[in-house]
Amino acid sequence: MSENTLHVVERRAFLKYTFGAGALILGTHVEAFASGADTAVFHPSVYLGIEPNGTVILIAHRSEMGTGSKSTLPMIMADELEADWKRVKVEQAIGDEKYGSQNTDGSCSIRDFVEIIRTAAASARTMLEQAAAQKWNVPAAECQAKNHFVVHTKSNKKAGFGELATAASNLPMPDKKSLKLKTDSEFRYINKNVPVVDQQDLCEGKGVFGMDAKMPNMLVASIEHSPVYGGTLVSFDAAETKKVAGVRDVVTIERFKPPHNFQPLGGVAVLADTYWAALQGRKKLKVEWNLGPNASYDSDRYRDSLVAAARQPGKIVRTQGNVEAGFASAAKIHEASYSTPLLSHAPMEPPAAVAEFKNGKVVCHAATQNPQAVQETVAGALGIDKKDVTCHVTLLGGGFGRKSKPDYVAEAALLSKKVGRPVKVIWSREDDIRTDFYHSTAGMYVKAGLDAGGKPTSWLHRSVFPSIGTTFDEKAEYAMDLEMGMGWNDLPFDIPNHQAENGPAKNHIRIGWLRAVANVYHAFAIHSFVDELAHLAGKDPVEYALSLIGPGRKIEMNPVGMKYWNHNQDQKTFPVDTARLRNVIDLVAQKSNWANRAKGGNGHGWGFAAHRSFLTYVAVATEVKVEGGRVRIPNMHIAVDAGKTYNEDRVLAQFEGAGVFGTSIAMMSEISVKDGKVQQSNFHNYNVARLPEAPETVHVHLIKSDAPAAGVGEPGVPPIPPSIANAIFAATGKRLRDLPLRKGLRA
Amino acid sequence: MIQLKVNGATRKFEGDPEMPLLWYLRELLELTGTKYGCGMGLCGACTVHVDGKAVRSCQTTMASAAGKSVVTIEALKGQHAVQKAWMACNVPQCGYCQSGQIMQAAALLKEKPKPTDKDIDDAMQGNICRCGTYQRIRKAVKMAAGVRA
Repeated sequence: MSENTLHVVERRAFLKYTFGAGALILGTHVEAFASGADTAVFHPSVYLGIEPNGTVILIAHRSEMGTGSKSTLPMIMADELEADWKRVKVEQAIGDEKYGSQNTDGSCSIRDFVEIIRTAAASARTMLEQAAAQKWNVPAAECQAKNHFVVHTKSNKKAGFGELATAASNLPMPDKKSLKLKTDSEFRYINKNVPVVDQQDLCEGKGVFGMDAKMPNMLVASIEHSPVYGGTLVSFDAAETKKVAGVRDVVTIERFKPPHNFQPLGGVAVLADTYWAALQGRKKLKVEWNLGPNASYDSDRYRDSLVAAARQPGKIVRTQGNVEAGFASAAKIHEASYSTPLLSHAPMEPPAAVAEFKNGKVVCHAATQNPQAVQETVAGALGIDKKDVTCHVTLLGGGFGRKSKPDYVAEAALLSKKVGRPVKVIWSREDDIRTDFYHSTAGMYVKAGLDAGGKPTSWLHRSVFPSIGTTFDEKAEYAMDLEMGMGWNDLPFDIPNHQAENGPAKNHIRIGWLRAVANVYHAFAIHSFVDELAHLAGKDPVEYALSLIGPGRKIEMNPVGMKYWNHNQDQKTFPVDTARLRNVIDLVAQKSNWANRAKGGNGHGWGFAAHRSFLTYVAVATEVKVEGGRVRIPNMHIAVDAGKTYNEDRVLAQFEGAGVFGTSIAMMSEISVKDGKVQQSNFHNYNVARLPEAPETVHVHLIKSDAPAAGVGEPGVPPIPPSIANAIFAATGKRLRDLPLRKGLRA
Repeated sequence: MIQLKVNGATRKFEGDPEMPLLWYLRELLELTGTKYGCGMGLCGACTVHVDGKAVRSCQTTMASAAGKSVVTIEALKGQHAVQKAWMACNVPQCGYCQSGQIMQAAALLKEKPKPTDKDIDDAMQGNICRCGTYQRIRKAVKMAAGVRA
């Protein structure tokens, strides 16, 4: 059963699917797995249930890390159901494949589920209307659900959802084709700025994060990992550790077997009554490591090697026309190299989870973006069935991709098995920054052959970076299709000769996905280079970018040796549409008053970049004021076409936040490695934007669109760094081609 | 033995006097609204009030809190003008840093009821928000202070 095509799961079919045939199995498992929606009297779908007292239970099956998806998906259901939001109970789902993918990643919570949940809610509404019609013996077409009641206007009859729940539960599921979805003008919650369900709790300190989860009788663990990726434990001496008051045990966790996947790194865990005691004990631990082959890894030298590799031919991953012939006949050639560093996610809440192993089963509470991956990873680590892993999902204090990888949850489960008590694992900020799944470092080379007017007739872009694929295959040296299809080999420029090449890169550290992933470095190189070409041609950067994009059209992408990834969507429904890209560029130019901007110089200037990612079109115009080595960003305009939106205020918030996240990447964030050891450890040397460094105002301009919902959480990030680099060039004449920019500015 | 007041109640503590107030609040009193973010006074997630001033509880030892009055986010009970403004502006995204942001902003407004932009920059720059809610924080501080945005 493909869960993404799952529509309304009929009750009996759902029970059979989840629990297998037979009442016995159902009897033993139902309590552990059932949600409030499952056990409600009327539960036509795994996502919703209605109790006789009228309580509507809506299941949030995606994780909440700040995007608002825990609220938005239920809000869409409440609206379609005609429920009263005040009588809705939102319940966070445990990890269970019956919900479809719960991997809250890739900016797809709305896109992948809006149709499924609206169908589920519309089915429930229709059944309630039918139940009322039967009760009153009137045609169902005359009954209408309205704010938690079904009404029959002609006879002035009215019945509550709760009153109708039992009768509705005995009706057959309506045919999907017969359902009537609400029109946009009938929406009561969608795009109406309804606060997220946890807002008050979050403002009162009551939100429960992974860091706050607890189990009776638990110990708290702090784990010493190898300072070098892949290192193995030789020996340790815990004599002094065990003298620390509150320390109860010191145990080892075995190193992962390659590929590391989401397995624990391995290490020595100090378990204590409190985290404070565990930290004190850990300080006294003496550990000897065999650091292994990655102990010679030096990220500066490595980055130089990536840049050098990008100057050499690589594997062709996109080609059209003939770039070499194009270069030979060009009036002028321009080329440049760019590079970007490793980055750490640094969510404000470091990884944390609590787990108990008992009777061959695990129950855990985790700040995780992917509870189904928790089930698989914990099951793999303990050698049990994933059905025997119950993962409760807490609120996440940020995720940005880090919390898709549940190594820390497996650590808690393994330790619980070893000590026979529930164990809470807390990563310190130092653990988080020194042993992350880092955003990849990249070296890029772009070469253009220009005609007499300064427009490219030939474009070559080589990109070399260690791949996320090394998570699953340690020998991988080339990029994954998805990394290439992130604003690189799907670049929609109107250039006859166009080639993309990927060179090999051996990996020496854990590489993972971070908000917007490979788009970040590709967008930086491409849109910086476009700005360079505009200045070479003496053209306005916005006009020049529009000329590169060419007329509005849908471009079918056919990269070499792979199917175009397109964020797992087909190109018919989600084409690469340059008309939409042109629209956001026009809008950002208009809203930022681009034509009349300060023309640049004396430390004041504007920069521009536009990028399609996560099926969303984004254009950015950024104003900078450069004072010495310090950059202020008084204004940032972001124009967005994300297709149809469902929670406008949270969409705006995501792009406001992307402006800040992108500013951190552009200006100050960098992980460096010497002798295999990460040099940064906390916020004094891993820098992220603080309030005075962030854009003072991010103005987000949303295009109203009826196109299918596209991504929101990530696509704001990629165009931010090049827009800032281009603004710094306008302000100072300094072209900075390496991130973070602050380093080059101060050099 | 150390004696202190937490949210109005007198408390006695007999453990390690070097233990940071943060872990005392979180682990012994189970007041988990105060968050751990860095343990070095760099991020502000653990901000509480000690004798009315905003401090980083991860850098405040139990010894130095002796005899003092500690107020945490839990004591504000959603009634503080800053909390009301935070909700009106839909400030939180993930929300993890917001207890610290709110405690910092509340202390700022106590000291400077009508803060300028520079006052807000100076007071709030120690509180990191990785989701990037800064512009709404600025707006909410001004709303709570009744000054023009």
